[in-house]
Order: sequence, then structure tokens, then C-alpha cells
Amino acid sequence: MLSRKAISQFALVIAVLLWISFMVSDMFLMFGNTSNIDSGISDKLPDIIFNLFIIAIYLFYKFRIGRAETVNFTDLLWRIFVTGLICTIISFILKLFLLALEATRLAQNILLLDFVYLINLVLITVFLVSTFIVWKRLILYQKTKFLVRIWNTFEYILILSIIYSALPFEIYPNLTLYYVVLLIIMGLFLSANMRWVAYLNFKQKWKSILLIFLTLLYLGYFSSNLYGLINAENQFNTNLWDNVFLLSLIAFIFIYALFSLLVILFNLPTSSVFEKKLEEVVNFQKLSQSIQTDQSEEQVYNILLESSVSTVLADAAWIEVEDQNDLFTENITKHKIDKIKSQIDENTEKGNKQINRLKGVGFKSIAIFPINVQSQQIGTLALLKEMGDGFDKDSANIIKTFVAQTEVSVENSRLINQALENERYKEELKIAKEVQTSLLPDILNKNEQFDIKAFSVSADEVGGDYYDTYQINDNLFSVIIGDVSGKGTSAAFHMSQMKGVFQSLAQLGLSSKKFLINANNAISNCLEKTSFITVSYFLIDTEKKKIEFSRAGHCPTIYYSKKSNKARFFTNKGLGLGILRNGDFHKYIHVNRLTYQPGDIILLYTDGISEARNKNGEEYGYDRIKKVLDTNTNETTTIIQERLINDLYDFTGSSFINDDYTTLVIKFNN
Amino acid sequence: MIHIESILNDGVKTIRVGGDVDASSSIQLDTEIKSAIEGGDKKILVDCSKLNYISSAGLGVFMSYIQDIEANNVKLVIFGLNEKVLNVFEILGLNQLLKIENSTEAAKAYLNEI
Repeated sequence: MLSRKAISQFALVIAVLLWISFMVSDMFLMFGNTSNIDSGISDKLPDIIFNLFIIAIYLFYKFRIGRAETVNFTDLLWRIFVTGLICTIISFILKLFLLALEATRLAQNILLLDFVYLINLVLITVFLVSTFIVWKRLILYQKTKFLVRIWNTFEYILILSIIYSALPFEIYPNLTLYYVVLLIIMGLFLSANMRWVAYLNFKQKWKSILLIFLTLLYLGYFSSNLYGLINAENQFNTNLWDNVFLLSLIAFIFIYALFSLLVILFNLPTSSVFEKKLEEVVNFQKLSQSIQTDQSEEQVYNILLESSVSTVLADAAWIEVEDQNDLFTENITKHKIDKIKSQIDENTEKGNKQINRLKGVGFKSIAIFPINVQSQQIGTLALLKEMGDGFDKDSANIIKTFVAQTEVSVENSRLINQALENERYKEELKIAKEVQTSLLPDILNKNEQFDIKAFSVSADEVGGDYYDTYQINDNLFSVIIGDVSGKGTSAAFHMSQMKGVFQSLAQLGLSSKKFLINANNAISNCLEKTSFITVSYFLIDTEKKKIEFSRAGHCPTIYYSKKSNKARFFTNKGLGLGILRNGDFHKYIHVNRLTYQPGDIILLYTDGISEARNKNGEEYGYDRIKKVLDTNTNETTTIIQERLINDLYDFTGSSFINDDYTTLVIKFNN
Repeated sequence: MIHIESILNDGVKTIRVGGDVDASSSIQLDTEIKSAIEGGDKKILVDCSKLNYISSAGLGVFMSYIQDIEANNVKLVIFGLNEKVLNVFEILGLNQLLKIENSTEAAKAYLNEI
């Protein structure tokens, strides 16, 4: 496809060629007539060429002048003005030229007069067609389907008139007149479409009036000029008044120009109101957009400030955002604001308020609007005017909608920030969870003499339950289970400290009591006042088949003895780590020593299991734990652990227990 | 839910603790005991006869005042613990460091010892 520009340029070239051939053929014909020589061409030829020329010019402007938009109405009018000006100047120069020759015989030369007339005819055609296209653009601004139909009909009839003019005979007497009248009526109807006028601002309206007025002047000048020429020597081949097309065009352009002029003139007084409303809409749109775009709170406040000031024509304004200690000002100093605020404070009313009696600050009236986010006032917007009683109900309502819009934007932006922050915390917690999970050993130290199996779940991302093992030498193992008071992040930190303490002390091969005393000393310095850690510490000697263990406030160990076929609790005395932070801790630690037999089982757990509650509020309790062990003494550690946890879930009714819970099962092999 | 109230009567501060003391409600318990000790009360009676459950955080509150009690010559006695709650105190070993009595009378008798 050819571009619009290419088409218009092509049309221009054709138009110039047609123009030249029109001039030559017409002059030739005229020369033939005056000299009584048969020129050998039909007297209709210039007419046909002229009509073709009109079509070329029409195409040229159709593709040259683009669609009307809010911003370019005056540009379109300006274009007509310039075209008209150039045409008028050329025509005027020709007129002066004729005047200068008046005294000479040359002035009577019919050929020269014809030449001038033809140039004028071409000029007015250019002017009319270009104006017609501009009118079309303006009329079809914000077009409706109906309007487009009418317009198309109008245009087809117009183009048809070109063909009609070229007909060598008259179809019907006075048809030309009827034709012109029909086109004028349609033109009148179309001239009622002036939507574009509403979008002109005050300045543009004045400019448009001027431009349209000048257009009318050109039109008048051309028409009278041509009329004068025709009247003087009524023998030209191409008569303007015979051309339905040009005649209708002149009438239509004149009507629309006149209508526009009057409509704009009458719209002048109300244009400021319309402009203000338009600005309100634009401002409101700006604020609405701030919801979607990721504008910062600061930008939103600035938009509110600017919009409010320009909408109600305030002389000064400020926005104070209390919860962020921000102040946005317009035409006012901080000092003055404080001075005004002291006057407002006397008036203790909450909410929107207007005061019309400010003193000594250069402003008489003030309107104050609270800015609320999540039903909390986060700031205020204050608008000031130098005159008294400066804010009416309408402007207050507009500002209220602006403020409401701002509130939504600010709330949105805050929620987004919160969400981002939460997301970051979640990410951090995920890392913490990974780190902590790595603190609990994947593989527990053991040898062929015993099996060991652990299971642990945290209520939150991170927890305070702990278990670990350490192989001191080929036959000596230490095992620990622990529970940090509280849960969540703080418990997880203490648990990691406990891991450090265990890993450093276990390798020393201390007795269980020594281990706990040292651990108490070490951990007491790390815990806050209300925190403690309960642990049970075991030393397993697989050579001597002996176990030594101590309890530091931890849930009693359940020991199943194969020999007696009985499980029992070791509830001897003990004290949690970190409770007693002086030297007396050792007094509260008891050491158990026993020799194990193949098939013996040690069952360890944290209070997350024993204190887990069902929906009736009952605790799972020690006895249920013991019962699971009692009924599964022949099973492997893995099965015992699974049965215990399944039994626990059956009891609580779900796998969600609101505490960290851990179990550790040790079974001695045959 | 925790229910907590303090009464000062004849130089004895009675703190009644009822309901569940978990991680969040333990703060209220801490505030009450703290204000009693810092307020100069020398005889403190902690009535736990309505106490249903205490978490490790609640135990941590009692634990944290063990040394303050000794240092300030305060007599603090806990009484009325139900079996379950008493067991929790015992397993942790707090019964060895805090005075725990079964009845009001025994608790008051302890406070009035010289």
C-alpha cells in the first residue's frame, strides 16, 4: 500500500499537470474564439480538465490533512488561514497588475483577463477544497454512525455534481438550482455538528474566532473578485456560477464558518467553567492512575497537592503526613503554617473544617481535609485562600474525592510495601529453617550394638527441640535430647547455642553430671532471664554395656528392660539448664547408671508429645507414650517411632500440634 | 486465657493465677510478680488453684525471680497447684528452688515463719 504522503504527493503532481493543461486548453479555445479559428478541440474540454483538477486537489488535501484531535483544532484552522492568505495575496497581486495596466490596451485583452480569471478560479478551488476537508475533519470529530452516513451521502452528491457539471446538456430546466439547494440543506444539517468547539480552551476559542473570521473574509473577497471579473466580460468558457460543485462548496463553507463563529462566540463566557471541570477530571484521572502505577507515597501527595491547588484555585496549601513526619507545601513557609495551626487548634472540631477568619497570616480562609488510611488519620490537607469565605461546597466535594483517591493510593502503596517486607521475612525464615534443619543430624552415631532413630517437627518455621549424638571413641557414645523453653525464633537461637555447647563438651568424654554442670555454666551466660533448656544426657559404653545418664529438667526417660519385660520412668531429681546460674547447680543433678541387656529400649521425647492435647483439652500424657512402648517392644526403632507418632496423631486428631515435638528411640541389639 | 489478680491484705500480697499461662499470657504473670517484688512486698502468695496449664514460658517467669527472691529476702510461696501443673514444676526441678505448698494454710504458715 502507498503511504498517505505518497498518495498526496502523487495527487499534487497530477493536479499541477491538470492545472497547466486546463489553462492551456482554455486559453487556446479562447484564442480560437476571438480569432474565429476553429481550434479543433471541444469547448467542453477545459471544463472536464477543470473537474479532474478539482478531484486531484480534493485527493491531495484528503490525504494531506489528518484526523482532528483535541490538540490540533486551531492547527487545522491555521492551515486554512495560511492557504487562504497565500491565495489571496496571489490574487491581489494579479489585481494590482491589472490595475497598473488599466490605461493600456492590454487591459482590454480578453486573453489576459481570461488568464487572470483562470488563475483566480484555481486559487479559489484550492482554498475551498482545503477548507472543505478541514470542515469535514471538524464535523466528524467524535462522529456517530448516523453522522458518517449523512456525511458520506453529502460527499457523494458533491462528487456527483462534478460529473453533472461536465455533462454537455441540461437534463432538466433549473436542475442546477435544485441541486445546489439540496446540497445547501444538507450542509445546513451537517453544520450543526460542533463538538470540537467544547474542547477549545479560552485562548484557543479567541484564536479560532479570529481564524474563522479571516476565512470568511477570504471567501467574501474571492467570490466578489470572481464575480466582478465574470460580470466585466461574461464570455469565459468556464463559469464559476455554472459549477454546482464550487457553488455548493462556497455555500457550505460559508455556513459552517458562520455557525462555528457564532457557537464559539456564545461559548466564550462558559468556557472557563468547562475548562475547570475538564481539569478536575484530568486531575482525578492522575490520582486514579497513581493507584495502578508504582508511584511512591511522596509522589501521590505531590499530585494531590498540585491537583487540589489548581482545581479550587487556592493561593497556598500544605499536606502534613503525621505518621511519617512529612510536610509538602505550596506557596507557604513552615513558620506560617505553625502560625496558622495555632489558630486552628482553638477550634477543636475533628474532621473537615473551614475557617474564614484567619488573622495576620495573609490568608483569610482555610479548608482542612483529613487523610485517613485504614480508618486512621495519617495526615491533613490544608488549602488556603487570600479572600474570605473562599471555599464553597462544590470545591470541598471535589477535594474530598481527590483525598479519597489519595487514601486508596497511599493504602495500596503501603500494603504493597508491607507485602514485600513480609515476603522478605518469609525468605529469611526459610533460610533460618534450612540452617536449623542442618543443625539436627541426618545420621546418628551408632554401632552394631544399638540402633537409634529420631523424629522431630517444629510448630513454626524454626523450633527449639534438639537431639544429637557424638562418638567419643569406638565404644563410647554420647546422646542428647533437649527442649528450649518457648518456641519460634528465640528458641531456635538457643537451640543452636545448645548444639555448640554439646559439640564442644561431648568430645571431652565427661561424665554425665560433669557434662551438665559445664553445660549449665556455658548456657547460663547465653540465655535471657526467663529462658532455660531442659536436656537428658546419655553416655553409652558398648564395651562394658553400661549406660550413664542424667536429667536436667527434661521429660523423664522411659526405659524398657527386656529381662523384666517392663518399662519404667526415670523421674529422679534434676534441674533445667539456665535456671540456677550460680554454683549450686551440681546439687540438683542425679546420675543413673545401669547395665543394658539386648532388647532393652530407651524412649526419649519432648513435652511437645506428652503435653499435646486433643480437642477435649486432654493431654496425651506419659502413660500413653509408655503404652505404645509396652505394646511394641519387639519392633525396630523405626517402627516404634512411627507407631508413637501415629498414635499421637490419632489422639490429637491431626498432625498439627502447636508445639515442637521430638522423639528419639534407642534399642540395644542381640 | 489467663485470669490474674493481686490483693494486698495484712502485708501479704496474694497473686491469683487462673486459666492457661502460655507464651503470650506469661507476660501478664511477669508484670504482676515484678510489680510485687519491685513494690517492696516481702510476703507473696501465689494462688494457683485455678491454674489449668503452664507452658515453659510461664515456668520461665517463676524461674527468673528465684535469685531476686533470695536477694531481696522475699518470701514467695506457690500453692494450689493441680497434679498436672505440679508435675511440670517437678520435672523441671523448680520445686527444689521455689516454695510450693498444697494448701492455703500451709502457705500462710510458711509466710508467717520467722
